[in-house]
Amino acid sequence: MKGNWESVIGLEIHVQLNSESKIFSNAPTKFGSDQNLQACEVDLGMPGTLPVLNEKAIEKAIKFGVAINAEIAEKVGFARKNYFYPDLPKGYQISQLDDPIVGKGSIEIQLGDQEIKTIGITRAHLEEDAGKSIHDLFENETAIDLNRAGTPLLEIVSEPDMSNSEEAVAYLKKIHSIVCALEISDGNMSQGSMRCDANVSVRKKGDKKLGTRTELKNINSFKFVEKAINFEIKRQISCLEKGEEIVQETRLFDAINNTTRSMRSKEEANDYRYFPEPDIIPIQITSDQIQRIKNELPELPDEKKERFINELGLSEYDARNLTYDLELADFFEKTLVNIDDPKLVTNWILGDFSAILNKFDVEAKDSKVDAVKFAELLTYLKEEKISGQATKKVLENIWENPDLSVSKSIQDLGLEQISDDNEIEEIIEKVINNNPDQKEQFLSGKDRLFGFFVGQVMKESKGKANPKLVNEILKKKLV
Amino acid sequence: MSLETLTLQEQIDGLKEKKFSSVELVENYISVIEDKEDLNIFVSNDFEKALEKAKKSDGSKKSQEDVPLNGIPMVHKDIFCTKGIKTSCGSKMLDNFYPPYSATVVEKLEQAGSICLGKANMDEFAMGSSNETSFYGAVKNPLNINKTPGGSSGGSAAAVAANFSSFSTGTDTGGSIRQPASFCGIAGIKPTYGRVSRYGMIAFASSLDQGGILAKNIKDAAIALQCISGYDSKDATSIKAEVPNFSEDCESSEFEHVVGLVTDLIHSFGDEDLSKNYGKAIERLEKLNIKTKEIELPNLELSLPVYYVIAPAECSANLSRYDGIRFGYRAENVENLEDLYFKSRGEGFGNETKKRILIGTYCLSSGFYDAYYKKAQKIRNLISSDFVNAFKDVTSVMLPTTSGEAFDLGSITDPVEMYKQDIFTIPANLGGLPATSVPFGEKNNMPLGIQFIGNILEESSLLNISNKFQLGEK
Repeated sequence: MKGNWESVIGLEIHVQLNSESKIFSNAPTKFGSDQNLQACEVDLGMPGTLPVLNEKAIEKAIKFGVAINAEIAEKVGFARKNYFYPDLPKGYQISQLDDPIVGKGSIEIQLGDQEIKTIGITRAHLEEDAGKSIHDLFENETAIDLNRAGTPLLEIVSEPDMSNSEEAVAYLKKIHSIVCALEISDGNMSQGSMRCDANVSVRKKGDKKLGTRTELKNINSFKFVEKAINFEIKRQISCLEKGEEIVQETRLFDAINNTTRSMRSKEEANDYRYFPEPDIIPIQITSDQIQRIKNELPELPDEKKERFINELGLSEYDARNLTYDLELADFFEKTLVNIDDPKLVTNWILGDFSAILNKFDVEAKDSKVDAVKFAELLTYLKEEKISGQATKKVLENIWENPDLSVSKSIQDLGLEQISDDNEIEEIIEKVINNNPDQKEQFLSGKDRLFGFFVGQVMKESKGKANPKLVNEILKKKLV
Repeated sequence: MSLETLTLQEQIDGLKEKKFSSVELVENYISVIEDKEDLNIFVSNDFEKALEKAKKSDGSKKSQEDVPLNGIPMVHKDIFCTKGIKTSCGSKMLDNFYPPYSATVVEKLEQAGSICLGKANMDEFAMGSSNETSFYGAVKNPLNINKTPGGSSGGSAAAVAANFSSFSTGTDTGGSIRQPASFCGIAGIKPTYGRVSRYGMIAFASSLDQGGILAKNIKDAAIALQCISGYDSKDATSIKAEVPNFSEDCESSEFEHVVGLVTDLIHSFGDEDLSKNYGKAIERLEKLNIKTKEIELPNLELSLPVYYVIAPAECSANLSRYDGIRFGYRAENVENLEDLYFKSRGEGFGNETKKRILIGTYCLSSGFYDAYYKKAQKIRNLISSDFVNAFKDVTSVMLPTTSGEAFDLGSITDPVEMYKQDIFTIPANLGGLPATSVPFGEKNNMPLGIQFIGNILEESSLLNISNKFQLGEK
């Protein structure tokens, strides 16, 4: 970071819980139906309607709490958060204030080879999502879609324990992997199943007191978290260096221009007039219920990571990267069913396979090459029937042509490795004969020219020659 | 025979014995209702549908057990949502509101076979004690048209008193069933909070609102209450408890009573007539050989200020949904969103409603919450524990229903004076306790009422003592 400034970051993550019906009504929560077809009279806030708590949302919130070793509240009460907005049907949001279902907990993150860092979680509470205002559908009019209204949300509030955007992203990814492993959310950020606000402040290094913070809203991807925070840190530092003061305010991240702009200042902030929700009697959570949920907990990302290290012999680094994205980890394990080489599979999944997923913006579960086919491809490589270069080409080929088999693709591309001694000898002899000077120099002690010959042979064979054989035969011939 | 003066029990018996038909009952009522239109009791009616239903019920072969109120006409307070029928809650805001669902109370009474004749006028959003805050104008007291019928269930009380039906539904947040019952010389019961589902009953103050019954006498109220009580999965505050047989229990000789009295407290008001009527009520208990015991309710007088913090606070949030966006009144010619809010709410709500929204908003505001709302909740708990203590020694508490008789329409202009109307009725709401009002005594040719407050879920005992008291000496 520039100069002697340091930044302090805390995140508020909103996770849509994947219950089938809404948190306070029976309407379904499925994403993508036509506007307002998944909003019942309760979601519309019609007169006389009443909220009834969906117990599934409670279960899912407890699951999260147990997974981060947090305290679970004995009594869960709700509160009304009052503000007017057209897509907030009742004029208040049912949320939690004093008795959040999940209390203090923590998770661990790690960047590169740095030490493990613990990020504190202040609380996580349940609330209902609002609807959506659509401004670009009709001219001069705003449309309202209340399908999302009443979708259960778990708002996870961290301590200001992160000191840069990388840590914030690592934290967000970790939360993402936990809620996905717990199967309490689909974690789909592009559909808004996981959204994030970041509190950012800057202070002189060594200062004990936190600087004035701004809250960044509307961040809906890992990339945007990084960009928004980085921009905001720079903006704040440049303000402070000019002698200006930071204004406590809410800022909106603009994903198109990669900037943040002021939305409202502290003075303009709503007085939410919280008070206990009289329509919902606080519910008691028993230790039996918590214990049962604890017992039923699935394997968590950290546990999976440990298993990958201890049982499959992966490095800490590889295991961590594989378990950030559970779909990737899942693809990894499915691939291993058909090829017993964890290290090879890891390299390819974290390397070229991830690259191709990124390139086409596809999740591992939607990969155009399934784990069986992927294992088959890597088996060709492992058995030295094709080279690494060729493997990459085939991967791209079968991705783009999902009906193509691995063997057909190799054939089509003419990439079958040459492992025939005679054929390779022929090529080698040709290369040696074509480069008499280099041969002289090599024989007179210039060892590094061996690489030159390998390169020439590979070039001559269009990359198809088995490198191991090339090495062996070259050694014999260059005498 | 003038069918419209019969009690609910008499109508049930008469229909069973085929002394008259449901169609005759309905026709009778329609002619009375049309005669007395100027009482301004109904906001809307559907006589055609009522006659249709009456015909159907006359031909019905269903047993009395399945449809205990088969063919019986009744009236709903216009606070209960009725599917496809205008439900205004006494407000311009909902003058155009036709709910796509019915309140649980409405559904239950339909299932019991009763026939709704119309929707009764009421104070706007149930905020008022004289029916004068209604968008549709005040209801006139059938006993004296210059007087108020009380409020907020003024239309429901007047409907029974004017023989528009033998019983009606009402709601009671701070006395809105009992005070108008008292003013109109009829009986009323507000059951335990949670006994009757609030689903589809338009909310005023959620932690205090409770639906109940107004009827000619306690026995009739018990019969009707039976039909609307019970747990409802659509109302998280409704209580999972068996519903006893109220009409049987009402007349049972099994109940032992010790009635709690607060004679000193009543005397402390310095109102001779009030003390006198209370004294007469004690005499009646003595004549009936019912045990009494003087008790203390030390925090009773704090009920009024506590109520006027909690009720407006809850109402300020409950009424936020009326924003001109999805249903109800929407102002025209607005410039932007804020303007739409201001004008729709400014034009759609009446003054009393606005006043209470403002009070509630103020009480909940940052910096005032602890001083008002939180403190009020603490005192509410104190008042509740006063009753818990009292019920260690007594089975019910007797209080006046109101401090006086029905007053002239337009005569009370000071809001605090109006709020004082509820001084004896509010405590039962704060404690979630069941309470009745029984006609007893009179003043200036207008009826007075005596109130019995029972313990939580002890409606049977409460109805039993109220019925005994109403019937008087054998």
